[in-house]
Amino acid sequence: SIDAREIFDLIRSINDPEHPLTLEELNVVEQVRVQVSDPESTVAVAFTPTIPHCSMATLIGLSIKVKLLRSLPQRFKMDVHITPGTHASEHAVNKQLADKERVAAALE
Amino acid sequence: MQTREEELKGLGADFTFGFIQVMDGEKDPRNLLVAFRIVHDLISRDYSLGPFVEELFEVTSCYFPIDFTPPPNDPHGIQREDLILSLRAVLASTPRFAEFLLPLLIEKVDSEILSAKLDSLQTLNACCAVYGQKELKDFLPSLWASIRREVFQTASERVEADGLAALHSLTACLSRSVLRADAEDLLDSFLSNILQDCRHHLCEPDMKLVWPSAKLLQAAAGASARACDHITSNVLPLLLEQFHKHGQSNQRRTILEMILGFLKLHQKWSYEDKDERPLNGFKDQLCSLVFMALTDPSTQLQLVGIRTFTVLGAQPDLLSSGDLELAVGHLYRLSFLEEDSQSCRVAALEASGALAAVYPIAFSSYLVPKLAEELHKGELDLSRGDEPTKQSRHLRCLQALSAISTHPNIVKETLPLLLQHLCWMNKGTVVAETSEVIAVCQSLQQVAEKCQQDPESCWYFHQTAVPCLLALAVQASMPEKEHSVLRKVLLEDEVLAAMVSVIGTATTHLSPDLAAQSVAHIVPLFLDGNISFLPENSFPCRFQPFQDGSSGQRRLVALLMAFVCSLPRNVEIPQLNQLMRELVELSCCPSCPFSSTAAAKCFAGLLNKLPAGQQVDEFLQLAVDKVEAGLSPGPFRSQAFTLLLWVTKALVLRYHPLSSCLTDRLTGLLSDPELGPAAADGFSLLMSDCTDVLTRAGHAEVRLMFRQRFFTDNVPALVQGFHAASQDVKPNYLKGLSHVLNRLPKPVLLPELPTLLSLLLEALSCSDCVVQLSTLSCLQPLLLEAPQVMSLHVDTLVTKFLNLSSSPSMAVRIAALRCMHALTRLPTPVLLPYKPQVIRALAKPLDDKKRLVRKEAVSARGEWFLLGSPGS
Repeated sequence: SIDAREIFDLIRSINDPEHPLTLEELNVVEQVRVQVSDPESTVAVAFTPTIPHCSMATLIGLSIKVKLLRSLPQRFKMDVHITPGTHASEHAVNKQLADKERVAAALE
Repeated sequence: MQTREEELKGLGADFTFGFIQVMDGEKDPRNLLVAFRIVHDLISRDYSLGPFVEELFEVTSCYFPIDFTPPPNDPHGIQREDLILSLRAVLASTPRFAEFLLPLLIEKVDSEILSAKLDSLQTLNACCAVYGQKELKDFLPSLWASIRREVFQTASERVEADGLAALHSLTACLSRSVLRADAEDLLDSFLSNILQDCRHHLCEPDMKLVWPSAKLLQAAAGASARACDHITSNVLPLLLEQFHKHGQSNQRRTILEMILGFLKLHQKWSYEDKDERPLNGFKDQLCSLVFMALTDPSTQLQLVGIRTFTVLGAQPDLLSSGDLELAVGHLYRLSFLEEDSQSCRVAALEASGALAAVYPIAFSSYLVPKLAEELHKGELDLSRGDEPTKQSRHLRCLQALSAISTHPNIVKETLPLLLQHLCWMNKGTVVAETSEVIAVCQSLQQVAEKCQQDPESCWYFHQTAVPCLLALAVQASMPEKEHSVLRKVLLEDEVLAAMVSVIGTATTHLSPDLAAQSVAHIVPLFLDGNISFLPENSFPCRFQPFQDGSSGQRRLVALLMAFVCSLPRNVEIPQLNQLMRELVELSCCPSCPFSSTAAAKCFAGLLNKLPAGQQVDEFLQLAVDKVEAGLSPGPFRSQAFTLLLWVTKALVLRYHPLSSCLTDRLTGLLSDPELGPAAADGFSLLMSDCTDVLTRAGHAEVRLMFRQRFFTDNVPALVQGFHAASQDVKPNYLKGLSHVLNRLPKPVLLPELPTLLSLLLEALSCSDCVVQLSTLSCLQPLLLEAPQVMSLHVDTLVTKFLNLSSSPSMAVRIAALRCMHALTRLPTPVLLPYKPQVIRALAKPLDDKKRLVRKEAVSARGEWFLLGSPGS
């Protein structure tokens, strides 16, 4: 069954938009912050922007979400959000990431 | 200029001036290339430049650095690189340009444009080949400042590499100059400058600029013996001190790696006088550092320690026997490390091998006795019962013994140890595991490989090991004296295969005379039961594997095969006629497939090497008659088929005229209800490389490109046969065909592709999993290399691949998904219509119950999403 390690493997090599490093190398994503339940078809990923005012937070969140959308079976419900307490606008960013229409529009 | 050099030179400096005027303002790249060549010739062919040196420089250097982008579809094909190299040849052609060129280079190195930087550094590098101290003298401080700045500040690997190369050339150039007694030693002051700017970085606690500094120092030190001496004698004490100052393993590792870098440079220079060697003074400190590293808990530090010691060991006359004894102790300990320090263990074994070749006495005095003791301890443990840790220790011990067998004198000690151990394992009181016996054989194999290059060792190994192994095997094949539970471990398929490997390796490199000596013993052993040359030769009954001997004895024909099929070509085999007849008979014996196959292989191996002529044809006829007799309905069909297959292979490899006849027979058997599938697999055998017989290493006659020829000669028949065949045997033809196609080099396959493709596509619909898998693995590289041809069938491919991605076989699902991934190489306009459908369909394997399949599905689906997007 699909576990946290498998999900982590999907997102660890995504490149950071600003640096020539991956999200794993920058500790933006970590395996411990991936929660998955295969029987319930849920996955939750908390990511930690590099600095509290990182302007790329939405973009990073979107990259993670898109990778998961493309790589996971359709039965899965995905929740991608900022690790609580690590970003100034986490509420707003989380809201955008949870909005399906916004995500779909961004993908166009 | 090429034809009228004298006359032109007679014009003197006027010619030069005239040319400068003509060239001035030239813009066309084609003309520039010619112009650069002319200027180069003007200089190198000693035309008179008169007072126009600076003008000549100006008219060429104004183009530096070259900034040129060829227009698209340029019919002349001039590349930027051509202009760069051509100009560089001019600028670096003479020391007379130095006073003008060097300031220009210093200026341009500072440019923001990467290509300008690189061009400047590379040009500087080229100049140093022709300049001397005189030209460089005034510019050294600025050149060093520029190089240092570039290497310290750059994020580009190329800039760093070119900067270091330039420094290397500069130092080499300065080292070349001959000094007058009263003249300033420029090299000395240059190096002192470098040291002053770099040393302190090596001592920084946070070690930020440590690596750039170290690389700069190493680049300079590597340029000449004098530079090496100067720099290392300055830097090593510093680094040694730093090592002791920093306590953390990762810091120590960095420092030791730097030290290693400097030590390696010393290997380039040799000193006649022992006392002159600069490393002598540091030896004790270095050794103590290395030993500290080897006992550190960090694996990484241990690894660097091992490498450092190996480099120290490579220096002649540096290490004392005391040092070696200590080191051997460490290497012994490290050779037994467990799983998580695998890399360290492997490195220790390699180092032991390298050092043993140079210091055989140290290793045989200190290490071999320890290993022997360990081996005996292992024997005692084995007789008491199996414990997993003891087993792996036993294995490590064997590996260590073979690793250090890199010197003939050491082999003379390790080989008897291994053989005695094997003999002990075979004695009545112990029940040894198959895996342990195989482990000993593998060790013997590795020692055999190491002995191959030295004729003396090679013969020693052969003479010692082969009779011993044969004696053991013969003993094992004898009926048991008392009723005992002794397992005939030595006669098991896998163990015999391991022994075959050892005997083969021990035979291939023998000289023909020595091989002839050996064959005079071994063939009579098998044909006449002549056991006189074996070390132990009292056996309860006769050894006659070919006559009515027991099945145990018959199996040993594999060992004969190992020897006789590895012999050099021109060694005459005694009693050849009798041998070949016996082999053919045995090959059709129904009771033991192992023996009959071994006999067939042996026959084929010998047949392949015999010179063309009557003898070969007679043996061939013998085999063919036997095959035909056996293939008629009866109990021998399988054996007869095996003989046919091996003889066919032997002939195919040597391009024998009758090979096509036999291949047709084989192709015909594809329709045979009983033998069809085996015949299909047979094609794989024909195309593959074996390890025990019919190998190039074993001196078989293997003609170049036999696979291509086989393809050309036989594929039409296979295709025809396929179309004519009935439904239930069609898979056999497909399997055979895909085996052939899979082993073919792509350039041969591609032209045939259009005709074969429809066949391959039909193969995809075949319900046999092996055929599907074989076809998919065949198609995948073709998608990557022949996208245009494959485009014509995109519809079929998409449908079939998606279909197969739900196959019950995991391997087929994975292969099908990989093909879906490879499909994305086809031209985008061809694929776009399928994109939505494919993405939908690939959602299903994302939920496959096997992780490996899911992984391939993610990869394939991701690629399909990217189709047609900008930047793809």
